[in-house]
Amino acid sequence: MAVKNYILVCGGTACESSKGDDIFNNLLKEAEAQGVADDVQIVKTGCFGFCEKGPIVKVLPEQAFYVEVKPEDAGEIISETVIKGRMVDRILYKPEKGAKGDAFDIDNIEFYQKQYRIVLRNCGLINPEDIDEYIARDGYAALEKCLFDITPDQIIEELKVSGLRGRGGAGFPTWMKWNFTKQVESDQKYIVCNADEGDPGAYMDRSTLEGDPHSILEAMTIAGICVGANMGAIYIRAEYPLAIERLETAMAQAREYGLLGKDILGSGFDFDIELRLGAGAFVCGEETALLASIEGKRGMPIPKPPFPAVKGLFAEPTVINNVETYANIPAILTKGGEWFAKIGTEKSKGTKVFALTGKIKNSGLVEVPMGTTLREIVFEIGGGIPNGKKFKAVQTGGPSGGVITDKYLDTPIDFDNLISIGSMMGSGGMIVMDEDDCIVDVNRFYMDFCVEESCGKCAPCRIGTKKLMGYLDRFTQGKGEVEDIQKMKDIGEAMKKAALCGLGQTAPNPILSSLEHFGHEYMEHIEEGKCAAGKCKDLVHYKIIAEKCIGCTVCARKCPVNCIEGERKKPHVIDQEKCIKCGACFEGCKFDAIIVS
Amino acid sequence: METVEIKINGQPYEVEKDTTILKAAKKAGIKIPTLCTHSDLEPWAACGICVVKVEGSPRMVRACATSVVPGQNYITHDPELKKVRKTVVEMTLSNHPQECLSCARNQTCELQEVAAEFGIREIPFPMEVKRLPKDESTVSLVFDPTKCIQCGRCAQVCQQLQDVWALEFLHRGYDTKIAPAAGVLLNESPCIKCGQCSAHCPVGAIYENDQTEEFCAAVEDETKHVAVQIAPAVRVAVGEAFGMEPGSITTGKIYKALRMLGSDAVFDTNFAADLTIMEEGTELVQRITKGTGVLPQITSCCPAWTDYMEKYYPDMIPHFSTAKSPMMMQGAVTKTYYADKAGIDKKNIYSVAIMPCTAKKYEIGRDDNMQASGVNDVDLVLTTRELARMIKTAGIDFANLPDEEADSPIGAYSGAGTIFGVTGGVMEAAVRTAYKLVTDDELGDVNVNAVRGMEGVKKGAVDFKGTEVKVAIAHGMANVKSIMDEIRDAREKGSEPPYHFIEVMACRGGCIAGGGQPYGTEDDIRDKRIAGIYTDDEKSVVRKSHENPEIVQIYKDFLGEPLSHKAHELLHTKYIERPLYQK
Repeated sequence: MAVKNYILVCGGTACESSKGDDIFNNLLKEAEAQGVADDVQIVKTGCFGFCEKGPIVKVLPEQAFYVEVKPEDAGEIISETVIKGRMVDRILYKPEKGAKGDAFDIDNIEFYQKQYRIVLRNCGLINPEDIDEYIARDGYAALEKCLFDITPDQIIEELKVSGLRGRGGAGFPTWMKWNFTKQVESDQKYIVCNADEGDPGAYMDRSTLEGDPHSILEAMTIAGICVGANMGAIYIRAEYPLAIERLETAMAQAREYGLLGKDILGSGFDFDIELRLGAGAFVCGEETALLASIEGKRGMPIPKPPFPAVKGLFAEPTVINNVETYANIPAILTKGGEWFAKIGTEKSKGTKVFALTGKIKNSGLVEVPMGTTLREIVFEIGGGIPNGKKFKAVQTGGPSGGVITDKYLDTPIDFDNLISIGSMMGSGGMIVMDEDDCIVDVNRFYMDFCVEESCGKCAPCRIGTKKLMGYLDRFTQGKGEVEDIQKMKDIGEAMKKAALCGLGQTAPNPILSSLEHFGHEYMEHIEEGKCAAGKCKDLVHYKIIAEKCIGCTVCARKCPVNCIEGERKKPHVIDQEKCIKCGACFEGCKFDAIIVS
Repeated sequence: METVEIKINGQPYEVEKDTTILKAAKKAGIKIPTLCTHSDLEPWAACGICVVKVEGSPRMVRACATSVVPGQNYITHDPELKKVRKTVVEMTLSNHPQECLSCARNQTCELQEVAAEFGIREIPFPMEVKRLPKDESTVSLVFDPTKCIQCGRCAQVCQQLQDVWALEFLHRGYDTKIAPAAGVLLNESPCIKCGQCSAHCPVGAIYENDQTEEFCAAVEDETKHVAVQIAPAVRVAVGEAFGMEPGSITTGKIYKALRMLGSDAVFDTNFAADLTIMEEGTELVQRITKGTGVLPQITSCCPAWTDYMEKYYPDMIPHFSTAKSPMMMQGAVTKTYYADKAGIDKKNIYSVAIMPCTAKKYEIGRDDNMQASGVNDVDLVLTTRELARMIKTAGIDFANLPDEEADSPIGAYSGAGTIFGVTGGVMEAAVRTAYKLVTDDELGDVNVNAVRGMEGVKKGAVDFKGTEVKVAIAHGMANVKSIMDEIRDAREKGSEPPYHFIEVMACRGGCIAGGGQPYGTEDDIRDKRIAGIYTDDEKSVVRKSHENPEIVQIYKDFLGEPLSHKAHELLHTKYIERPLYQK
């Protein structure tokens, strides 16, 4: 009997951790209980990207896009939508609060309207644990083409025409990387996938691997054909257990189908892939450190050149690309380089996936054509800043990027433009800040990350990150001095020029760029001992205005450290020595008697 | 040599193809500062001060690790480079204790030199020095992590050059420190005390355990008869500390200086090197001709190698020559033969050895066999660096000292004894005597060139009148593996041993580049010291151990013959398997 309905349940890590698994199992149980088990196919897919609204369940053909679904909604989804063809209004996606829900084609939801999905083409559509579903969406067609129809040179040519640049951050043309390795004569070459995603808040690679693992296997195999390698390795963080599991399933299925392993599709070409689990050091995302880690050594970068393309894993020529780069390859080879080159800007082709987080209404994964403006991403796709707050800045490139102010919101985003406005693409983290964010505090967060994640090998990074952190600490404690700013700039410039790897060279970027755009905020901390956003606790003081205080004792009862004293019906006083600046009194006071200074 | 044309600061230069910018600049007479690079090691690229610019590129590259590209113009010095380098040096200094005056490396510290060159007058950044406990667990070395600048040289030396892996990077970021794995102490680690870490450290983070005060105390003690021996390699290196050219032979000056320092008798370890050849050479000949032991026979005079073997290759114990090292033999005969001859109670003799080596400090107490005389055969080992320091403290104008002679009856040496100080030297000395023992003829040309040179592994065969003696030599501990693998392989297959005799020295170049030698040892200096040693050999009237008259005398008067019962008691030892990590 033909299946009548498809129910797609998000199986990404974020939705799974919000009981996505229970939703999936309940749907199966309910379909069985309500006697429609044969009419409906329930599929656990990859990430839909709209993580703000997760867990997401989509029912086809009704186009019911259910958001923030709970396990107990399963019965109704089956009884209403599957059996009666009606929407469950309660959980139906609505563009605004109070608006009427309706059946939406996903493309009509504004979150998706400006998106263009190449990398995430299968995420949220197919069951990543079923190779047939990938194949049904043109999966492995590019591999077949590369095995039988076109030569390695033609693969390179197609990539060259496409203009694809590496998505790991540096934006190096992919065809050149492959071509370097292809041209080196060697009996042993390797294909490596960098899945050591580590930027705070970034998860595009994880979602891609969870939602469409075969696309990476296919691309790596194609790279193997192209450069003459028979061995591949995916270096993935051990903190990504679901992605690892899906990759293992995918590899097993691909081997079973003759798409991986010996004599692929009878072509005589052998290629296999191993997973290597990383322990989560950020620096292992740097390619030479990653290769060292695969080799079983301490993950520390080495100078380049020689580049891995020539001398990489176990000193053999190695193609190393990031997950997102690989995810583009099958699409490019199926649809053609020219098709890809039509998308994007002159020097940055195709799309880019961003992890949109921070002070934004619709946080989630967005894939947009290169050249989309920040304004479109933040205010249209992202829905703007919540709670009517004012936009302050966007941080791109994670702890290695810079802040972008409203002045540059209309800059079309691509590799080169981001650099020209003082930031960088990085791997695609995009963190939105609003007026409540303190720039010094935000930078402390990033620098703290870099201090933790510096490998400690080179002096500029090891010492520089710590020194910069020391200055930021002092600023947030009101102990800064004006000349510290110049010292920070000196350290930052020295790190940019003299640190060994990308981590150290870019670690001062957030500080250097925020000093440029928000220098006044630093000065406010230093000269006035003031944190306008109220984030730097040492600079914040809660005070009770005696005239306004009616002595209701609410503040005293809310205070977790019992530092507010006063008799009933008489003005209370906060002991500044004991106050931990948690703000509980401020939140609790109904008479506006407590002020923050 | 293939060359390419490049420019440095706009000036054209023809340089070796694929050489690094740093090396090319050095040849052009331009010094690019660096704290981590060392010519013995692969570029590590940690310190960050050797950055240079490539014309046309906005980036700076590390001169130590970047190969020259034909046609490129490298800017090595300009205001921006100076600023970046200076900032990095200032950052490094802000984490480094400002205790130069009381530091072991005062005036030989590379960081101090760089700071002086940059004219740093104050450190603009807040000082932040992590005080970490010293590791004084070995008698050989003091490891002071508080002073470590994490240049990585010691770990690289320990891992790449020596294949010991006692030192490793622990933790990461600002907490990174160099120490034995799992944070154990050096004496609980696989450390072989070779001291190459201390010889390569640019600062005072790891240095020899200074025992000069013990020498001074012994000299002051009226009841003690201080008898000193000096190792072959000391004589061609100690002069460097006094501005003399590396390789200058200063044997007579050292004898004189030691007497000025209060020594009662001055002997020479070269005498015992000759004695070692008599014992070890006879042992080898018997293994070959009489089958008294397994082949190949492996030399045992290097204490770091012995320690390494006991930890990493305990299956080689039967291959090891039971002969003690020359230092220990000298100590044993000092407290027996010499004591008897001089009529001094051995208990009152204080036996001191001046060595190029930090492992020797460990060797004197390695087991009971080191007290063959009934008391400590050697009471104190001082390195070449410590000797130089004592001479300076005593205000002695070393370079202008007159030459003196060593004392009898254990001070005379042959050329064969002196070449113990270089790689291949023990082998060559052994060949000179073994040839006589096997063939009963004297070797015509005593120069055995096949075993000389700086090649990490040297293999060859020597013709003993129709008997081919196959030999192999390794120096630099990491080079021993291939030879040991060959032996194991033959043993497993039950085939003929690939060699008859193997010489191993732990340090690259041999003892002339030992861990206790003057700082700044690189291959050009090794070459000069080696040349000095061979000159000393060539100038010797006697060039074979068995022809050293004092050797002939000691067998006649005291030992009887090589491998005699007495010789065994005093001059031979045994080995045991030791764990890599003590628990």
